[in-house]
Amino acid sequence: MADGGDEPEGPEELSNEQKTEIAKWFLTNAPDGEIQYVAKDVRTIIGNDEIYEMAATEAFPVYNKAHFVALQMPDGSGDVLITTYGELDKNTYLDPRTAQVATVDHVKQVCTKLRPANDEELPSPYIEEFRSSLDAELSKYVAETYPKGTCAIYCTKGKDTEGPGADFELVVVICAAKHSPQNFCNGSWHSIWTIEFKDDLQFVEVKGQIQVGAHYFEEGNVQLDAKNECKDSTILQSPEDCAISITNIIRHHEAEHMASLEVSSSILSRFYFIQLVQGIVLSVNFLVMQASYVNLPDTTFKDLRRKLPVTRTLFPWHNTLQFSLTRDITKELGIGK
Amino acid sequence: MEAAMDLMRRISPKESETALSALLSLLPHHSADLLSQVDLPLQVCMDDELMKEFILCEYNRDADSYRSPWSNKYFPPLEDGTLPSGQLRKLEIEANEVFAVYCDQYYEGGVTSVYIWDDENQGFVACFLIKKDGSRTGQGRRGYLQEGSWEAIHVVEVAAEEGGTTRYCLTSTVMLSLTTENKSSGTFSLSGSIRRQMSLDLSIADGHLCNMGKMIEEMEGKLRNSLDQVYFGKTREMVCNLRPPPEGIQLRLPEN
Repeated sequence: MADGGDEPEGPEELSNEQKTEIAKWFLTNAPDGEIQYVAKDVRTIIGNDEIYEMAATEAFPVYNKAHFVALQMPDGSGDVLITTYGELDKNTYLDPRTAQVATVDHVKQVCTKLRPANDEELPSPYIEEFRSSLDAELSKYVAETYPKGTCAIYCTKGKDTEGPGADFELVVVICAAKHSPQNFCNGSWHSIWTIEFKDDLQFVEVKGQIQVGAHYFEEGNVQLDAKNECKDSTILQSPEDCAISITNIIRHHEAEHMASLEVSSSILSRFYFIQLVQGIVLSVNFLVMQASYVNLPDTTFKDLRRKLPVTRTLFPWHNTLQFSLTRDITKELGIGK
Repeated sequence: MEAAMDLMRRISPKESETALSALLSLLPHHSADLLSQVDLPLQVCMDDELMKEFILCEYNRDADSYRSPWSNKYFPPLEDGTLPSGQLRKLEIEANEVFAVYCDQYYEGGVTSVYIWDDENQGFVACFLIKKDGSRTGQGRRGYLQEGSWEAIHVVEVAAEEGGTTRYCLTSTVMLSLTTENKSSGTFSLSGSIRRQMSLDLSIADGHLCNMGKMIEEMEGKLRNSLDQVYFGKTREMVCNLRPPPEGIQLRLPEN
């Protein structure tokens, strides 16, 4: 195999399939917003464009869907989210808000074409009323909460239901990403809310999964990964009233998760904790409440390494002879470990 | 090689072993460089003779065996494995004893090992290793961590003496991972690795161990602060950027 010529003739030369698999692994494991950088590295390392492209064709769609990549639609009507919920086939995705179908180029991460969705691709008018009411209400929340947030609501079950009398399910995807490679950091917020409308019980069940990630890589590589799941419910009402109560549920749980994140990270850093308390008045109640769980915010880190030795003074490197002596004595007395 | 190192700082530190083995198989001719520049989670082995654990690394490896700093023997047994010279072994024994006490005081547990060997330029190199499991089931006294580990690798290159002073060049890496978990806030995990270097010219009047020890202590303090404040602070700040606290309050968050 010609591999650009600089591969040594080692006994364990990898097959092309193995190289493709490795390239795919790196691509799909790229942190949020970093796949293009990883792709560049992988292409260089593989040193064979054919293999690289084969891997990219398979890995990018997986990555784009897992990270809910938002692509600008060419007509300027907003972003279409790449999600499994909106996937019609490998390269086409539904944007439920504008009722359009976007054709995307996964590897370039751009939307190339748009067409109006046809009736089979859209939910019934009855469902659409629930969906669009919630969309309107939720978009307001997302716009005021996430500076770079996008949301989309899909009907995932019972989309052809014509009127009361049957169950259906909507899925809300909220995502926000902030990428600043020049400052060596990237972050993302994803939440998925599955909303089951149960007609017989006149009941709406809301289940949420929230995932927050951040990556800071100046002179190092530090990654945060926080996940949470929650559950709530409300009664089945008119589309408008449902929209308001569901948005309230989502707002409440997301705020709660954010507050618990602040507690978690403040456990790690007393310094930041103080900044938080000074800066974020609103979360203080939460912090105080939860802080009792965690006692001293500094203690988590202390379980790994103390700031100062148990003796509270720097280690006596000048006078280490004492340790060897004590060790000898303990050994002789047979009380060593 | 540059591309490989860039990948290593992008892929999650939790996946560093998989990433490295993938890179090694793709770039066999760079394996020496990769192994020396990428740090992996430290492995521990039991010194059967003294029933004491020691840490494995490239510096105490000969063929497929690793030398214990405690008994100075290779496990699994290896005839004619390389051993440090008499003078260095003396320093190594002392360093191991003292470093174990140092770690007891800072880490309240953990495994340590120090390896010392000659370099080509009449100086020597010392490698100080620490592995601490701070999880609830490990040696975390306070029990806040579901999973938590701190691993440090300090390599000190000590040049030959010149007029009573010597140049010490320290490269330190800390790898850390921790997970807290509870019902209300879900799982929260942070992992990372950072590496720093420092060099100092010091009088050898105080002895090598004292000089090296002080440098390591200072460096560890700095690294801990960086991880604690800068890195975790940064990732936190990132999250606040994504979802800023309600208006008004936002204005008071520190810029950048």
